[in-house]
Amino acid sequence: MIAPLRALTRPQGGIAGLWLILVIVAAVFAPLLTPYAYDIQNLPNAYQPASGAHWLGTDEFGRDLLTRLIYGARTSLSVSATAISISVLCGMVLGAAAAWFGGWLDRIVTMTVDLTWSFPEILIALILVAIIGPGTTGVMIAIAVAYLAQFTRLTRAQIMTLKGETFIEAARSLGAGNAHILFRHLLPNALAPVLVSAMLATGDAIILEATLGFFGLGAQPPVPSWGGMMSAGSALIFKAPWVIVFPGLAVAITVVAINLYGDALIAELDIRARLRRDA
Amino acid sequence: MTAPLIQIDRLSKRFQSGGGIFAKPRAMMAVRDVSLSIGKGEVLGVVGESGCGKSTLARLVLRLIEPTAGRVSFDGTDITALSPAALRKMRRRMAMVFQDPYSSLDPRHTLTEVLAEPFAAQGEPLSPDRLPEMLAAVGLPAAMAASHPHQLSGGQRQRVGIARALALHPDFVVLDEPTASLDVSIQAQIIALLADLRDRLGLTYLFISHDLGLVRYFCDRIVVMYLGTVVEVLPDTTAAPRHPYTRALMQSNFAPDPARRRAIEPLTGEIPSPFALPPGCAFASRCPRASDRCRRETPALGGDPAHPVACFHPL
Amino acid sequence: MTALLDLQSVSVSIGKVALLDGISLSVARGQILGLVGESGSGKSLTAMAAMGLLPLIGGRVTQGAVRFDGQDMAAMTEAERRKLRGGRIGFVTQNPMTALDPVQRIGEQVDVVSRLHLGLDRKAARARTLDLLTQLRIPEAAAVAEAWPHQLSGGMKQRIVIAMALAGEPDLIIADEPTTALDVTVQAQIIQILGNLVREKGVALMLITHDMGVVAQICDRVAVLYGGRLAEEGAVAPIFAAPAHPYTSALIGCIPQEGMAKGALRGIPGAVPSALAFPTGCRFHPRCDRASELCRSTVPPTDPRGDGRVACHHPGALA
Repeated sequence: MIAPLRALTRPQGGIAGLWLILVIVAAVFAPLLTPYAYDIQNLPNAYQPASGAHWLGTDEFGRDLLTRLIYGARTSLSVSATAISISVLCGMVLGAAAAWFGGWLDRIVTMTVDLTWSFPEILIALILVAIIGPGTTGVMIAIAVAYLAQFTRLTRAQIMTLKGETFIEAARSLGAGNAHILFRHLLPNALAPVLVSAMLATGDAIILEATLGFFGLGAQPPVPSWGGMMSAGSALIFKAPWVIVFPGLAVAITVVAINLYGDALIAELDIRARLRRDA
Repeated sequence: MTAPLIQIDRLSKRFQSGGGIFAKPRAMMAVRDVSLSIGKGEVLGVVGESGCGKSTLARLVLRLIEPTAGRVSFDGTDITALSPAALRKMRRRMAMVFQDPYSSLDPRHTLTEVLAEPFAAQGEPLSPDRLPEMLAAVGLPAAMAASHPHQLSGGQRQRVGIARALALHPDFVVLDEPTASLDVSIQAQIIALLADLRDRLGLTYLFISHDLGLVRYFCDRIVVMYLGTVVEVLPDTTAAPRHPYTRALMQSNFAPDPARRRAIEPLTGEIPSPFALPPGCAFASRCPRASDRCRRETPALGGDPAHPVACFHPL
Repeated sequence: MTALLDLQSVSVSIGKVALLDGISLSVARGQILGLVGESGSGKSLTAMAAMGLLPLIGGRVTQGAVRFDGQDMAAMTEAERRKLRGGRIGFVTQNPMTALDPVQRIGEQVDVVSRLHLGLDRKAARARTLDLLTQLRIPEAAAVAEAWPHQLSGGMKQRIVIAMALAGEPDLIIADEPTTALDVTVQAQIIQILGNLVREKGVALMLITHDMGVVAQICDRVAVLYGGRLAEEGAVAPIFAAPAHPYTSALIGCIPQEGMAKGALRGIPGAVPSALAFPTGCRFHPRCDRASELCRSTVPPTDPRGDGRVACHHPGALA
């Protein structure tokens, strides 16, 4: 897999990729990067604008905003990425099974997918969180289910197209069994488009996670998440605008970066046509 | 002729297409009641135009698709009655080379992986010296083993397809228009390679093509198909055609010799839709010799058993 | 005979890559020129140059001139060239399946050509369309004119494409592998139709093909291209009787013939060179059994031979 690296050599892919690496490294090494704790209140220090001590200022409880932003990245990224990983894994199994076995299984899967496809992801996620209850686990499951239809559908379409390729018939003519064809030919060829679309969906998932956080359904205080921080900041928009602006910018830049890098990856893998046709 | 290796007995394949809430499904007979035998070491040619059922026949003979009716015996075993597991084992003895050398190789696999696939599929070990041997047999350098298909020309890819088909030393190979998407210069190379391999390995071929000139050069016996049925079996490459369709095919093939220019007697009329075949002989709508009887009754393949023809008014 | 289309040592490049090198050939009215060679030999590019369509693919004529009816195409404005194409120069593409607009009726697609290029009104254009379809032996022309492209067979579609090429009353037709996508019996029909057109209407026809059989059947002259250069050119009968260039005889030898001994068909070893790495000297030398040291080092000059020309250091003798 050299394509992800080659995508970094494209101008937009490179800048976007650098930002993503920066955010991921910051999230992973959060405790090493900042002298402050994300949850210790320091009320006399509240509403400080940006300064040498607090690069992005402090919030209403006097906590360092940059520290909370970095810890927030931990929550937002891990929840989104885990949710999408679960979604991709389940979607590939469902989509591949539907395409490969066909018949009633295919009909049920296709019908369910079409049904969920006709609801906005946010609605599905809200309903699920309402059932499971707020918190990171609930949000994770909600996002995973909300995007399940997308990956099931994409995988199914990829496998359906590949099934008609002559090299599949050639493998059968050699006496290859189902497992051989599925794991040697179908899944490897379907993987690239699905992974790229998973990457792009992670961007959407970050927004969805922030939205749920904004409604107070995500990570519960004092654990920071970007959506939760914006929710708290919305009351202070005139008094201390930086409290809402910086998490907002973090979400926006990260999502744009994911999309730019994804575009570069699509161009490198040369699968634009396949994504457009099948999704 | 020695004992037949392949015995095809009244083979038919019916395809259904469309059908939904608003459309009635339409059915067509892609192959209708075809009986043939192929002797050990023989090269049997099947020639016809698009839609004549020759590619369907090729897949039926290897049971890559299930027949609607009829049987295929391979070396005395009825392969249409084999269990899936037994059929998979049997596949090591019969192989196929496909028309499109572009889509018949997995784009993600290296040539090493492509050529290892027959062994993996049959659960057999692949000794490391086999690979360069397989490449050399089809005239490719061993250094190519690490290449991907997109780095190869069409002719080279088709050589890989042939090497893959021959990997497990099959007795019987179906060649489905193996040169149709290649330049004439490369076509001739591939045909020469196939002829060499046949002589060296004692192979039996079923050679599918739309090019009667090529089939007459390469094959021992020639089956002419039109809209799913066999209309004539030419016993050798020099036999004069007896079916008007065979003659039209021969006349459509121009010799590279301006001294042998001929006035073409072009076929008039259109090929009927296979979904709505008229009664009688399927060729009647384009046949210069067609009579009322041809439009009413379907002629059966008969006459001289060595050179059967399905026509009421043979030449 | 004066040439209608005349290419005078035309060289063509796309970007920095030189693809055609000094191609000279001409077609006169009432004549069929066969342009042959393997894929990648420069046949289609020569046709694009003849129609002034190179800018479409980012190409340009770097040397030489293309003259149509005495006029230098390079000196014309793009508007004038556009007027020629579809008007005095008709074009028949390789794939009739994609040459027709799927959402327009057949008749309208043919009508528009004569309305555009001959200034006919709707009624006159339709009358001309029906006349053309009848000339091309299309049964029930009026019904076909009302049909949609998907209702027609491949051979019928190709006849419609020919009708479109004819509708502007062309003096020259350029046909790029017009039968490759068709069944053999249909192919014979189309070849017959094209041949008759030239005889009856006195148009010039440049027929691009890879099939020496088709050339032998209907062409008057043949130009053999290899690696972007002209290998041999001349009247069909003497060239087939005694090809001077080893590439010409190799191409003829690729067609299986009646009575050919088994094993006689060997093809041409190797493959067409890429334009990025043309061999030195004669570009055919790596595949040629006559190649000498001279061929490896020196580009062969184009010499007259009979009424034609050949570019080979070791040409075969005249018959």
